[in-house]
Amino acid sequence: MSTATQTNAPGAGGAPEELAAVSTESLAELLIAKDRPPRPSALSASVTFGWRAMLKIKHVPEQLFDVTAFPIMMVLMYTYLFGGALAGSPQEYLQRLLPGILVMSIVMITMYTGVSVNTDIDKGVFDRFRTLPIWRPSVMVGYLLGDMLRYVLGSLVILTVGLILGFRPAGGVAGVVAGIALLVVFSFAFSWVWTMFGLMLRTEKSVMGVSMMVIFPLTFLSDIFVETSTMPGWLQAFVNNNPVTHVSSSVRSFMQGEWPGTELIWTLGWAAFLVAVFGPITMRLYNRK
Amino acid sequence: MSNQTGRSTGLAIETAGLVKTFGANRAVDGIDLSVPAGTVYGVLGPNGAGKTTAVKMLATLLRPDGGEAHVFGHDVVREADAVRSRVSLTGQYASVDEDLTGTENLVLLGRLTGHSKRASAQRAEQLLEAFGLTDAAPRQVKNYSGGMRRRIDIAASILNTPDLLFLDEPTTGLDPRSRNQVWDIVRAVVAQGTTVLLTTQYLDEADQLSARIAVIDQGKVIAEGTKGELKSSVGAGAVHLRLRDAEQRPDAEELLKGALDAQVLLEADPLALTARIANGDGNGTAAAEKASRALAELARAGITVDNFSLGQPSLDEVFLALTDRPATPGGTPTDPRDDAQEEALA
Repeated sequence: MSTATQTNAPGAGGAPEELAAVSTESLAELLIAKDRPPRPSALSASVTFGWRAMLKIKHVPEQLFDVTAFPIMMVLMYTYLFGGALAGSPQEYLQRLLPGILVMSIVMITMYTGVSVNTDIDKGVFDRFRTLPIWRPSVMVGYLLGDMLRYVLGSLVILTVGLILGFRPAGGVAGVVAGIALLVVFSFAFSWVWTMFGLMLRTEKSVMGVSMMVIFPLTFLSDIFVETSTMPGWLQAFVNNNPVTHVSSSVRSFMQGEWPGTELIWTLGWAAFLVAVFGPITMRLYNRK
Repeated sequence: MSNQTGRSTGLAIETAGLVKTFGANRAVDGIDLSVPAGTVYGVLGPNGAGKTTAVKMLATLLRPDGGEAHVFGHDVVREADAVRSRVSLTGQYASVDEDLTGTENLVLLGRLTGHSKRASAQRAEQLLEAFGLTDAAPRQVKNYSGGMRRRIDIAASILNTPDLLFLDEPTTGLDPRSRNQVWDIVRAVVAQGTTVLLTTQYLDEADQLSARIAVIDQGKVIAEGTKGELKSSVGAGAVHLRLRDAEQRPDAEELLKGALDAQVLLEADPLALTARIANGDGNGTAAAEKASRALAELARAGITVDNFSLGQPSLDEVFLALTDRPATPGGTPTDPRDDAQEEALA
């Protein structure tokens, strides 16, 4: 009788496959082990969550669209749109523009952190994460670690396109690496703004909307496209104090083989400030959620 | 140290006047629970009764607005971390990452519970095998069937054997076969000394698994006790009969009233009647005995019974008995989904 019911199930067309039985004996054996390993360190937990982010990239590679196709489009668009008018030729303009457009693209990409936090946070798995005895911020740090990989990928794509179009950094490999490293550090810090919005706002759309409101003025009202000296005084006041200006000046200096000096200090100062302010707000929201 | 006391004699969960409000809605309205360690404790109630909210407070996911709750003697607010190291939660919706494979999920949680890479991989493999998921291990969880999700979910909860396992409606939406398998798992878990707090909408599930049951409705405990105590307060069940000849129904009604000492209801169907078996000693076998005696008497009186069934009191009947109103979610003025209320206020 029981065999009859068993053979029925798989025969029912698209019915779910027959599941192997649960072995309660081997389950009992597994449950006997009551010794608990020591809780993971803050670093270990964060790296594990970073690994989770990378597994997600592996399973949903389409999400890399924003760090591949989008930056290529940005470089091509602005180089040929403004190049002739602003610097005589696209080729010449590229030497100034590329480090800036690199900063702009990567800073824009950071906002997807907020979107993924927002869509992820209501899933059941977060209930499980929150009942684990681990360092609380490690979930968020894990996101950002995964995103840092995306930032590096995006940077490499932009750099490659730039080199093909004729960008020749005077700073050589060392200058380029230093520039990208600084940008990734700043983006990590800046992402805490988005984790905050991702937790604060209710829908993915509102996260996108708010992100645009913040990102567009920050990236356009900077020294990425034109020299600050060409702007009216009141705008210069904003642009010169815009963190994105500090980052792009620093990255440009590194890539041109110069030492960014105070601009570097401003950049790192802003990074520290962003983490110090938005990190705790994010964690407060996370714990309350 | 508290581990020892918690396990041998103490209570796994103790709450006093636990309250959680979402705006004007008191989702949990003063719940007192005492859950003995090492047993399955059933929390029975309809959608929106406050079960999930209560579990979330006990699992340190929600902060109570009033009252106190201790898990193995640790306060769930002040000593949340100590509580977290003793409990595991299997939520109402799969508490695993749907984008990851079965193996990846278990290894991830193994690492987060402090196991080394190798130990995590090993434990993951053993658990997948014990749960009959070896074939599904390399597939993303979003492609799992409902039964498989429940299994991987419970497997994720026992990467470290927890002292207390919360199972929030573990069989809602499962077919009877998968449901039985989840029950087997729960029995195996509790046999090894883990305390299980099980929430459910089904009386027979609470009946099958739990030693004690609390019935909650609109955020309050409306009945609590052992299975026997609870059932005797509700009645032993009901006998549903379908006769061949509608004209014999009045005779059958009279006869049943006498034989069962029960209330007899005439159904809309002119052939059917239902007899509610009175409490007696509140013992299931007695009900079956009474029913079979009544059947024999019907046969002797020449009344032909086409169809017969003896039912356990349903959740509806429990509620009817305890609250004088049915347990349908529509009957409660609150939103049926605990989660929906939380989101609205988040």
